[in-house]
Amino acid sequence: MADVAVGAIAPRPSWDRLWSVPPLLILAVLFFYPLGLIARQSLGDPGTLSFSAFAEVLSSREFHEGLQHTIVIALGSTAGCLVFGFIFSLVIAFVPFPGAKFCGRLIETFIALPTFLVTLAFTFIYGSAGLLNEGLMRLMQVDLPPVDFLYSQWGVILAETTVYTPFVMRPLLATFSQIDQAQIEVASSLGAKPWRIVRQVILPAAMPALIAGGSLCLLLTVNEFGIVLFIGAKGVITLPVLIYAKAIQEFDYTTACVIAVVNVVLSLGLYSLYRAVIAHFGGNRADMV
Amino acid sequence: MVMAMANTKPSESGRPTEASAASAKRIAFENVSVAYNGLTVLDSLNLTVNPGEIVALIGPSGSGKTTALRAVAGFVRPSGGRIMIGDRDVTNLAPYDRDIGMVVQNYALFPHMRVEENVAFGLRARRVSEEIIRARVPEALAMVGMAAYAKRYPRQLSGGQQQRVAIARAIAIRPQVLLLDEPLSALDAQIRRSMVDELARLHRELPSLTVLYVTHDQSEALTLANHIGIMRDGKLRAFGDAQSLFRYPPNRFSAEFLGRANLLEVKGVQPLDDQRAQVKFGDQVLVARNHHHLTAGSDCLLCARPHDFRLDEPQGDSNRLTGVVRSVQWQGDTHNVTLDIAGQEVRMSSAPMSMPPVPGAMLTLHFNPADVTLVPEDGRHG
Repeated sequence: MADVAVGAIAPRPSWDRLWSVPPLLILAVLFFYPLGLIARQSLGDPGTLSFSAFAEVLSSREFHEGLQHTIVIALGSTAGCLVFGFIFSLVIAFVPFPGAKFCGRLIETFIALPTFLVTLAFTFIYGSAGLLNEGLMRLMQVDLPPVDFLYSQWGVILAETTVYTPFVMRPLLATFSQIDQAQIEVASSLGAKPWRIVRQVILPAAMPALIAGGSLCLLLTVNEFGIVLFIGAKGVITLPVLIYAKAIQEFDYTTACVIAVVNVVLSLGLYSLYRAVIAHFGGNRADMV
Repeated sequence: MVMAMANTKPSESGRPTEASAASAKRIAFENVSVAYNGLTVLDSLNLTVNPGEIVALIGPSGSGKTTALRAVAGFVRPSGGRIMIGDRDVTNLAPYDRDIGMVVQNYALFPHMRVEENVAFGLRARRVSEEIIRARVPEALAMVGMAAYAKRYPRQLSGGQQQRVAIARAIAIRPQVLLLDEPLSALDAQIRRSMVDELARLHRELPSLTVLYVTHDQSEALTLANHIGIMRDGKLRAFGDAQSLFRYPPNRFSAEFLGRANLLEVKGVQPLDDQRAQVKFGDQVLVARNHHHLTAGSDCLLCARPHDFRLDEPQGDSNRLTGVVRSVQWQGDTHNVTLDIAGQEVRMSSAPMSMPPVPGAMLTLHFNPADVTLVPEDGRHG
């Protein structure tokens, strides 16, 4: 009888796991295999296995400058996104003005637009022959454009800040909508002026959203290619642009693959940080926000 | 206890000093109106909360009681009239310049701050020295029995404990006035009862604190308040000391809202003396207090609380009403009986009966003329 009973409750083989095979196959063909090829190429031509290319590339000045530009631009843009995103969200969420919701929606739609559009718009506004410079040249009676930052690292940072600020605003506005208005009112009644309320009541509540949005911006700006290429800033070569130059212009695939592997490692590291932040604040400390 | 603590020097110019807060301040609404998008939610409110007094504003949702409190706090701007705290016109002052303490229904503690940091928040906002903060925070927490929880975060406290911290945070700054906006509504019944006792004790310890207390719970108002204002549709319908308002409501709404009184439609008031009058209820003649001095011949309401009725006939003057029992409910410490008397529903409550009446039975209720009062039907007194 016992045997029968055990046999009756024995688990049936589960076929559900097979559902994971098709997506894994697609990922393997479209993503992991090409990634494997890149990793393989970074270790030398077929038949060889050497880290010499890594040693050579990682010690080159070109790579150092690319890495430095990438990090500076990513950090600068992310900082800009955090500052502007926080200020704009604060105004939209807490300063009652007609059309605040519309403004919020408008900024959100920015996410859907291609990044080059902003760059193009910047060229029209801040470029050498853009609206700003034309106006200033006429006003100041000078022959050369007085504003000349667009084709520099600062131009890239400004463009990326403009494009990615909505990525910070989205989680921030969601967080702000959940802040108990009574907390702000009580803080005010206790004698706190607006700036203190922002620092001590709103900012701590917004911190998880700021960290999550900032991590996402960092991840996206590290890999940004279109804006940097479109602006064509003199001497501003980031890792993605360097990969492009090595692979497409110089046909130096091994170097391109080494840099690509570094870029992938950097991106995965930032993505892990992003996930960790989301898990940390979304899970065991969710009650703090 | 708190009032005996060290005073602090003035902080910012124009900001009320803590020394001035030590003396009790009145709150005065002078013809205050508030309108949202053309809709008047507070209509020409005139009300004074005297120094050291607790005034409760009660009324149904949308009656304007919370709007009145928020106008004192500075969160809504009156469309007319002015609000005084002490001798200061605060109508157009920012909330942070009004020197008020405020406690709200959902506590509104800052979740990322420990209990002691929450209590110190207002003191730091007023740039009180750290030395004084270190002294005053434990004292404020001790007053509400939360000294042992100073290092905890709000999420580690129960609802009642959080509300105590919120009260400590409000009194730590030694405000001129304390605004309590339905502070116990989020608590369960048992904790609410103990918190009412706590608030009463707190006010005994801080007798100079002027308190405006908004609630929809009449028992909180009756227990705590020196005076009660009853609001409806943005207007103050009745105002008076808690006992007289309960015993001699000036209009139908006050009688119904405060204590769910039975209101019998009676006719032909005939004053018997300065205090009593005779009225007709159907063919029956009843005697009741004529507190509002209703004129002879007028129609009015006879206000009788459910506990004013007795089943046994008392000695001396007494009224009697007989009706059909509709329902009987036992609620542990009381029996609640509903009767139909000449087509009007009458509720009575008594101590638990060993032989409660059964629905359908005839029952005679007795009541003392001194316990019931005549209320004007048209509410002209409110």
